[in-house]
Amino acid sequence: MKTGRITKWALGLALAGAVALTAGMAQAQLKIAFVYVTHVGDAGWTYQHHLGRMAMEKALGNKIKVTTVGPVKEGADAERVIRKLAASGNKLIFTTSFGFMNPTLKVAKRYKKVTFVHVSGYKRSKNVSTVFARLYEGRYLTGMVAGMMTKSNVLGYIGAFPIPEVIRGINAFTLGARAVNPKVQVRVIWVSSWFNPGKERQASETLIAQGADVITHHTDSTAAVQAAQARKKFAIGYHSDMSKYGKTAHLTAATHIWGSYYTKVAKAVLAGGWKAGDTWGGLKDGMVALAPFGPSVPAKVQAMVKKRQAEIRAGTFHPFQGPVKDQSGKVVVPAGKTMADGPMLGMKYYVEGVVGKLPKK
Amino acid sequence: MSEAEIINLIVLTFKSAVPLIFAALGELVVEKSGVLNLGVEGMMLIGAVAGFIGAVTTGSIFVGMLMAMAAAVLVSLIFAVLTLSLLANQVATGLALTIFGIGLSAFIGKPFLGNTIEGLQPWAIPLLSDIPILGPLLFNHDPMLYLAVAAFFGVSWFLYRSRGGLILRSIGESHEAAHALGYPVIRIRYLAVMFGAAMGGLGGAYLSLVLTPQWQEDMTAQRGWIALALVVFATWRPSRVMIGAWLFGALTIVNFYAQSQGVSFSSHLLATLPYFATIIVLVLISWDAAKIRLHAPAALGKPFHASD
Amino acid sequence: MRIKLEPRVAASKWMSYGSPAIAAVLTIFFGAILFASLGRDPVQGLYIFFIEPLTGLYELGELGLKATPLAIIAIGLAVGFRANVWNIGAEGQLVMGAICGGGVALAFHGQGGWWVLPLMIIAGAAGGMAWGAIPALLRTRFNANEILVSLMLTYAAVQILGWLVHGPWINPEGQNFPETRTFEEWALLPELIEGTRLNVSAIFALVVVFAGWIFMTRSFAGFKVNVVGQALDAAKYAGFSQNKVVWVSFLIGGGAAGLAGLIEVTGPIDQLNATFAPGYGFAAIIVAFLGRLHPVGILFASLLMALTFLGGESLQINMNMPKAVTGVFQGMLLFFVLATDVLIRYRIRVVSRTPAATGEAG
Repeated sequence: MKTGRITKWALGLALAGAVALTAGMAQAQLKIAFVYVTHVGDAGWTYQHHLGRMAMEKALGNKIKVTTVGPVKEGADAERVIRKLAASGNKLIFTTSFGFMNPTLKVAKRYKKVTFVHVSGYKRSKNVSTVFARLYEGRYLTGMVAGMMTKSNVLGYIGAFPIPEVIRGINAFTLGARAVNPKVQVRVIWVSSWFNPGKERQASETLIAQGADVITHHTDSTAAVQAAQARKKFAIGYHSDMSKYGKTAHLTAATHIWGSYYTKVAKAVLAGGWKAGDTWGGLKDGMVALAPFGPSVPAKVQAMVKKRQAEIRAGTFHPFQGPVKDQSGKVVVPAGKTMADGPMLGMKYYVEGVVGKLPKK
Repeated sequence: MSEAEIINLIVLTFKSAVPLIFAALGELVVEKSGVLNLGVEGMMLIGAVAGFIGAVTTGSIFVGMLMAMAAAVLVSLIFAVLTLSLLANQVATGLALTIFGIGLSAFIGKPFLGNTIEGLQPWAIPLLSDIPILGPLLFNHDPMLYLAVAAFFGVSWFLYRSRGGLILRSIGESHEAAHALGYPVIRIRYLAVMFGAAMGGLGGAYLSLVLTPQWQEDMTAQRGWIALALVVFATWRPSRVMIGAWLFGALTIVNFYAQSQGVSFSSHLLATLPYFATIIVLVLISWDAAKIRLHAPAALGKPFHASD
Repeated sequence: MRIKLEPRVAASKWMSYGSPAIAAVLTIFFGAILFASLGRDPVQGLYIFFIEPLTGLYELGELGLKATPLAIIAIGLAVGFRANVWNIGAEGQLVMGAICGGGVALAFHGQGGWWVLPLMIIAGAAGGMAWGAIPALLRTRFNANEILVSLMLTYAAVQILGWLVHGPWINPEGQNFPETRTFEEWALLPELIEGTRLNVSAIFALVVVFAGWIFMTRSFAGFKVNVVGQALDAAKYAGFSQNKVVWVSFLIGGGAAGLAGLIEVTGPIDQLNATFAPGYGFAAIIVAFLGRLHPVGILFASLLMALTFLGGESLQINMNMPKAVTGVFQGMLLFFVLATDVLIRYRIRVVSRTPAATGEAG
């Protein structure tokens, strides 16, 4: 009896020790999960998140263990996937599409000890942060490149949907182009889809048919760059360096860089010091970058763009720096002022230089 | 609008129409034989992915085209065996083929996402392409576009000028009568389904090999369904398939052109136009029951079982 | 020697129950081959696809949550399919139901009460019916093919939803992102089982299945539908109006799909956005056939179909396989069901080839 009891005790202790040990090990290694909205592919929105994840893994090594799931549909399924990831021990979960916002918040309510980061949304809670990039800074710079490279003074822009994020990009691009070439006009085609290579290609060709000799896009495929390459025009990529798809056409690209942010969050969670909040980072924070210039961009152009890039980084220049006029000629930002974040987030008008009116809602 | 601009836009319209022409001409032959295959979208996707894989792995667009046709024919045989030999419901089987095709193409195409190929370049026909206006308009296209036009002449000739076409049409009108005359109903329907699949596969391959050129999941974006609508829209006549395909192609291009000229629309409401237009045309051509019966194959969608 | 189909004198009762089972076994068999050909362990693959999604209360709740709209839509569609009326636009009717039902929630934002939810349910079903009435009208008045009209209307409905959530119904506090406000508490379906997402709509599904069973097997209207579907000439002789059957089919099918759409937006989503449309309208067509157009069969088929969705996701998470496997499994399942269906009406005979039969491939 007695020995039996002792054995039980010993066993119990050993078990408790083992549990504590494994728990300790599990704590040492942070389990991180990513929810992607599309396949990783070779370029585009999700590919950039994938690069960010790789950079984070490289920086933190075996301190973290990363799981990725994708593509996950934005809708009722997203909540289940996120919840499964939270339930299976992931302590830091990145949900990388706007449509995951509400599902992320719902799961976060139930899993209070898990840290969530939602990319591109605006709703936050105690354990849900949001993050997005000031891509308009990159757009302004690519606009400068386009403005200097165009011969026809017609630039083409393919948009997905007329929401402030996309309009802000069009406007920044136009301001950048007109800062170096006041004769430039920007023509816009909306394809009503974030991702439809066939339509994006047709839209690109329609723009080229009308004399656009530099085209760019706020959609997710590489179709615009490929179209420019095939038609011997120029293109500016978006999300990723798309030079692979347009060897001579690709001038540069406005790209998202997530690695440093992801690493920062993971480090903070590992150290137990992460506080939820919002991050809207740009060139200065290393979250936006220009892809390397293509072979056809002259050194003089590169130098001008790099100078402006340094000014934006230093905070001495702002893409929406007054005077900014909208299409009707009304001054939206007076000289000497810069636009605040609020009006930028709600932007619903074109600036001078964009052809046509915004589609009616 | 300059002359060059107009020519460019018309050429673009021609290009947008090519996938629809292939798929709709193929489906037209299938339906003329009395079979309704709703799996066009699935076969197009299989064609798109197989064509792209073929082109990437061998470096030859031509091999890609052959693989697109072969793969689409293979999956269409599932449909053919089920509906023709096992007398399964054609509507359900066709839908299953579409769902299967979407899934399978996404599945086998995953490793090829993001790959690129040098798309098919235009072939300028010597001398003819130098004619002003008409040259760039008609004689400076990629080979698949010429092939689509050739397919139109081929299908028209086959259906209305050849004995095979006569037999095919008679089977579509009344399989009992054709069977009584000793025609191999099932065998000809098998061949028709396979031809339709090969054409659907080519239509899909045009998207992945020429129009974009890349492979992406679901890249046909409902063109298979539009092709099905087009057959009815054309009242089962090849010439009207061509006109319909150009009209549908033009709708997208005109919409884009108007936008870039600064005409403002709700992009969503505008996107509903092709669908409503198809419905309206459908109503107009179906209104007079006698008229639609003039062209619609009478045995369309009805199973045939030879009772020997 | 060739294989020949010989019609049975009467449909085989045994086969009508046996054929779905044979189909399921064949699907599992070919599924195993699929896994093996990809170099994955077939047993593990099948386990993760078919069993793992059933291990736990939350998972079972998810299964019910997915099966509910599928069953409701499939019952509605089965009525029409029995009459050879091909409504393949249930997805559009679902979207319209969500728009109309969700519209009620938005219209009474900030001034609602307990009565909002019943009103939403009625509006949802009515919206689906109205969208289904268009192909019915065009078919009965103008002879327009209902397959194409209902399908075209699906894509139109999705665009109208996009227009609403990008424009007039956009959340005024939502920083201009394309989605509506989230619905308030009283516009949400009450939870059925604590800790899961399963809500009272599961009960609706059971009611719909029962009502479908009564309608199809016990009512005169249901009898007419069957006669029109199976023997149009006999139906004409008996004076049953084909047009009436088209109307009944589309109103029931549209109403059911509309209800399912409303359930989706007031259940797991609780707002309208441009991307909510789940594809259940198309999946339910498979469910209807998988269930052999019979209410009880549909109930089981909807659960199986829901399982294929969850299974694909489970493979994606656990084995890092593409979710497209779901479509491959669904397609195979339906192919096998349709193929084995032939055993109900026909007997397979191996006969020696006779000269008269040459040329027949069947």
